[in-house]
Amino acid sequence: MSSPCRRLERLAAAALAAALLAGCQRETRDFHGPPPPSGPQASGVSPSDLAAGGGPIGPPHDPRAAIYEDNAFHIGEGKRYYDWYNCYGCHAAGGGDIGPPLMDDQWIYGGSIEQIHASIVEGRPNGMPSFRNKIPDDQVWEIAAYIRSMGGNVAKDAAPSRGDELQSSLAKTQVKPTPAKPAAPTDQPR
Amino acid sequence: MDRRVWPAGRTASAFALVVLALAACSRNAPPPGPAKPPAATPTGAVAPAAASPDDDGQWTMPAKDYANTRYSGLDQINTGNVKGLQVAFTVSTETLKGQESAVLAVGDTLYFVTPYPNNLYAIDLEKPGGAVKWKYQPKPDAAAQGEACCQPINRGPVYSNGVIYYNTIDAWTHAVDAKTGQLKWKVKVGDFHKGETTNMAPIVVKDHVIVGNSGAEFGVRGWIAALNAGDGSLAWRAYSTGPDKDVLIDPAVFKPFYPQYKGTDLGVSHWRGEQWKIGGGTVWGWISYDPELDLIFHGTSNPAPWNHEARPGDNNWTEGIFARDPETGKAHWFYQYSPHGLWDHSSVNENIILDLPWQGRTRHVVVHPERNGYIYVIDRTSGELLAADPFMKVTASLGVDMKTGKLIDNPEKRPTEGKVVREVCPNSPGAKDWNPSAFSKQTGLLYVPHNNLCMDWETKPVSYLAGTPYIGVNPRFYPADPGKGGEFMAWDPVARKKVWTIDEKWPVWSGAVATAGGLVFYGNLEGWFKAVDARTGQVLWQFKTASGIVGQPTTWRGPDGRQYVSVLSGIGGWAGAMVSSQLDPRDATAAKGFGNMSADLKKESAIGGMLYVFALPKA
Ligand code: HEC
Repeated sequence: MSSPCRRLERLAAAALAAALLAGCQRETRDFHGPPPPSGPQASGVSPSDLAAGGGPIGPPHDPRAAIYEDNAFHIGEGKRYYDWYNCYGCHAAGGGDIGPPLMDDQWIYGGSIEQIHASIVEGRPNGMPSFRNKIPDDQVWEIAAYIRSMGGNVAKDAAPSRGDELQSSLAKTQVKPTPAKPAAPTDQPR
Repeated sequence: MDRRVWPAGRTASAFALVVLALAACSRNAPPPGPAKPPAATPTGAVAPAAASPDDDGQWTMPAKDYANTRYSGLDQINTGNVKGLQVAFTVSTETLKGQESAVLAVGDTLYFVTPYPNNLYAIDLEKPGGAVKWKYQPKPDAAAQGEACCQPINRGPVYSNGVIYYNTIDAWTHAVDAKTGQLKWKVKVGDFHKGETTNMAPIVVKDHVIVGNSGAEFGVRGWIAALNAGDGSLAWRAYSTGPDKDVLIDPAVFKPFYPQYKGTDLGVSHWRGEQWKIGGGTVWGWISYDPELDLIFHGTSNPAPWNHEARPGDNNWTEGIFARDPETGKAHWFYQYSPHGLWDHSSVNENIILDLPWQGRTRHVVVHPERNGYIYVIDRTSGELLAADPFMKVTASLGVDMKTGKLIDNPEKRPTEGKVVREVCPNSPGAKDWNPSAFSKQTGLLYVPHNNLCMDWETKPVSYLAGTPYIGVNPRFYPADPGKGGEFMAWDPVARKKVWTIDEKWPVWSGAVATAGGLVFYGNLEGWFKAVDARTGQVLWQFKTASGIVGQPTTWRGPDGRQYVSVLSGIGGWAGAMVSSQLDPRDATAAKGFGNMSADLKKESAIGGMLYVFALPKA
């Protein structure tokens, strides 16, 4: 799927990050030290991590990722929590709605399991709520593993069979997850 | 009398005179005939002059006039010469989601609002090429984009007495000086963190700017409110659910026609427990105003959540229409199109103020093409139902009981959890969604852009999580007839039948405008902007804009004396989100069901955001 806008958005984000970082660098510039090596030829390495075309820098590789990714049990759990915490409401069954699709290979904030985990915990500025302290961390990993599986990023034998949407089979939510249910509506709009 | 009360511009004094004369009459007296009766039409339907004064060549409110006719008296562009229509100029909106705003023309300036970030543009008509005079940037909170069910669109600004009023997606109302683009005031009208957004076009009645909220898909409690035009302070707010004091139901004033609306606090008792507090009934559609009766008419949206099993009862006062006093907000009457709404058939579509010959006498009515598939004719003085006729294939219900006024749900289609109900027609956007019809004072016909869609519907458990969608349904949409997802039709409101129709492959999501040149204009999702012979339905001219059209066409006289036609092109909104939000059609439930039918649309339309202005070549 061609995606001029999201590509543009990413470029803009990268440009912004570059501008910001450039600003930081200026703050800490040491005027009295030796001149920095200028360019790859000088030292064989780039003077900074900045490179055109890069996306936002994601979280570092997390050892927990390996526990969840490609694990059929955790992916299955993640699928239930995905509906339970109403990700479905904004992302549908992965095709997207208010929020972007999660089943395709286009990512605004990165598609590694760590980056997806970060999107869920941190929230994202254009309307992705932060679920920090609302979803236990192991469940966030499970949801992230499920999202990874949507796009066929996991081993076939770990991926859940096709979604329940509009099949007359048992809805996945009929098996209630045990952990904390989101609080009942106490605080009403107005 | 406060001068701010009346729409400014060349009509102001004439209009004020009419209204002054009318103000002298008591509300209970039969409506006096306006000074100059409207010209007769072939069908006999007329728009009363008080709510639809003669044309002054401007377009100061999205619906054109209080009657919501969207009719222009201009006839320079007509059936004879429209084939020569060409682009006069274009302006980029610099945004790429659904462009649903009307384009206003006031004096020498055009005004329109973009989707998020909801910038307000003023285009200078004295300069060539659509020069931007100023751009007001409200900078709404970016997070509010996630709280808009169907893209952070905007349905347009309204002009009154030197000021432009409009809403931003983060639930603020802004008043901007029409000349300078300077902010006069802004007020927070809702809390978007709980899903409450604002995208409707306000209407100005006397000294009040009337606004309503969106967000029934988030379990928002609906309301309509009047702000004082001078400073934005709250004059009144009427909720669509809850106790009578919140709904502004005062038994001394509230005289509904049907007995089922009489009683105390039905907005509480017709719900289970406290469900009414998160029960929807938002007011995001069109508001019309009859200056003779001094009443505004507005619809209320679907109840929340969509899963009806979570909210037993009639769910008052959702999916209905209120007549209210614009001064106090007090309700005069109410009628419910869909008690205990099952299908998200939000009832906020336009209520066009017309006078119709009816069984030997004249009835003062509103005509309302409703999402549930029927065109309603309701006596606007009393709330009595006069007609409810289907305008597409309807399977969701079996008709309307004309004695009780009640919709008869089809028991075979009643959803229950864990079961998929198939072939529900119309689907949830309905036989017609928000995009407004036009009434021609020349032909006496209504021109209705609409859908032709059915759906499969599966209810599932739902729990309320503030600020996230509160729906509980997996829907899947498809055309009611192969290859025909929409229609643009002419409807005779007196004979109550279709006169002609144009089949469209996709749901028609643009508004309509009718002119004294014998023309109607509308656009489709592929991007074709069409001029149609109002009498025959023959397409006389069409132009392919760069993106799909989901906006509201308008027509006006430029400072050079020539007639222009304007429309925003830019696909989006619910029907266009698959394209401009770049959603994945492999998921049938993407965009709340449009994923199922939109793979081709992604190829046949394209993302964009552009104002197009058309004119005949200079003589
Ligand atoms: C209220 C609507 C809403 C809810 C609920 C919601 N999201 Fe989002 N989500 C969004 C929006 C809007 C974005 C895009 C944010 C942006 O572009 O800054 C997004 C972005 C994301 C992204 C980043 C996508 C990318 O391309 O990088 C992920 C991953 C994600 N959401 C997962 C989830 C999960 C998992 C849940 C449930 C725990 C969830 N979302 C619930 C609206 C929502």
